[in-house]
Amino acid sequence: MPSIKIPRKSTDTDMTPFVDIAFLILSFFIMATKFKPPEPVEIKTPGSVLSQKMPESNAVLISIDSANKVYFTILSEKEPTKFDDVINEINEKQKLGLTPAQISNFRKTFMVGVPFTGLKQLLDIEGKEQINVKQPGIPVMDSTNNQLIWWIQASKNAFAGEKLVYLIKGDGNSKYPAFEAVIEALKKNEEFKYSLVTSLDDIPAGSALDLELKRLK
Amino acid sequence: MASIEGGGDSGHKKGPGVKKAKKLSTRVDMTPMVDLGFLLITFFVFTATMSTPTTLDLNMPKDVDDDKKKTEVKQSGVLTLMLGKGNQVYYYEGQLEVGEGVNNFKQTTMKGVRQIIIDKKTEVIGRYNPATVDPKSCEDEKASAKKKGDPNWEDACKDMDFVVIIKPDEEATYRNTVDILDEMTINKVKRYAMVKLGKEEKELIKATEASEPK
Repeated sequence: MPSIKIPRKSTDTDMTPFVDIAFLILSFFIMATKFKPPEPVEIKTPGSVLSQKMPESNAVLISIDSANKVYFTILSEKEPTKFDDVINEINEKQKLGLTPAQISNFRKTFMVGVPFTGLKQLLDIEGKEQINVKQPGIPVMDSTNNQLIWWIQASKNAFAGEKLVYLIKGDGNSKYPAFEAVIEALKKNEEFKYSLVTSLDDIPAGSALDLELKRLK
Repeated sequence: MASIEGGGDSGHKKGPGVKKAKKLSTRVDMTPMVDLGFLLITFFVFTATMSTPTTLDLNMPKDVDDDKKKTEVKQSGVLTLMLGKGNQVYYYEGQLEVGEGVNNFKQTTMKGVRQIIIDKKTEVIGRYNPATVDPKSCEDEKASAKKKGDPNWEDACKDMDFVVIIKPDEEATYRNTVDILDEMTINKVKRYAMVKLGKEEKELIKATEASEPK
């Protein structure tokens, strides 16, 4: 009786296509990843249905954290001289007497959340180290000493003649009075248009906006 | 494991006395490379910030002291929303009337507010009477609606009397404020304003909050 020969198949599979795909995905993620800039405070923004993109340059970012502390940031990647303009004006008007080293350190400062009296101390700390420093927030709640007004004025002058967007990034759990104080400071500078930073939410089905967008399609 | 197919078959005989050169395999063990590849993929997947932040535009009016320059709105088309503690929304239509027998101060939540806005809007649109309206006052709106390709462009300014006034109180969170502004976009409310809370309203909210069981 002839024995049936079962051919022995190799378990060694060719993994080349698999590896190809893996590296393709890898290169995609490397390209698509944009690292979050280190933030000294974590801010969870509420959602909204609007999908305008947030500008990354020519903007002033005012952040409000969950403890209602207000921080100020200038976004100007292309023109670092704007940072110098702003800090010089603050230095002059508030008579802070900052050293040139402190002024140049302002470029590396990601967020300012100190009153003018504490600015000198903050700028003594190296830009990267500032993340570990707990900042008390810019005083805004007192309407006679709303220091944010000066920061906005300084940046308004630095960006004179250019487009400047005022971004307000608030934590969802911060209370309304802090937001109102920020708006008050902007209003004092004759600025009435702001952009609120939000994350993207879905448009509720059947709502008026939903129907309009469907019609436009 | 992973391998590149290398070399041909290990040759034919070259005749007697000729020593066969030792052929080294070109097969490379790719396992470590694959390991590393997947490690990197995992790393980038976790650190990737795919969701780019978006922005919501907000326009605030200039503060005017002159009464003549203030915007006038029809009482019948006004819906006032007050944001309170713990996602509560208080609202009234028209003028606030709280007294004996009359009380139009009502309460809802962030979820229920959409229906109230829609209801009020429908009511205002239903009351629209072209005879009482200056036809010139809404020509611009009709024209822009027509331009956008709205088939109902004739109705563009039927809701012109509809105004929502938003009054967040001290306990309202920023999330609620943004949500209510978002609600304006969702329901296509064209006229809305953020106003400071009045004294009487503040007291009413306080009283309502105090009377509620916790």
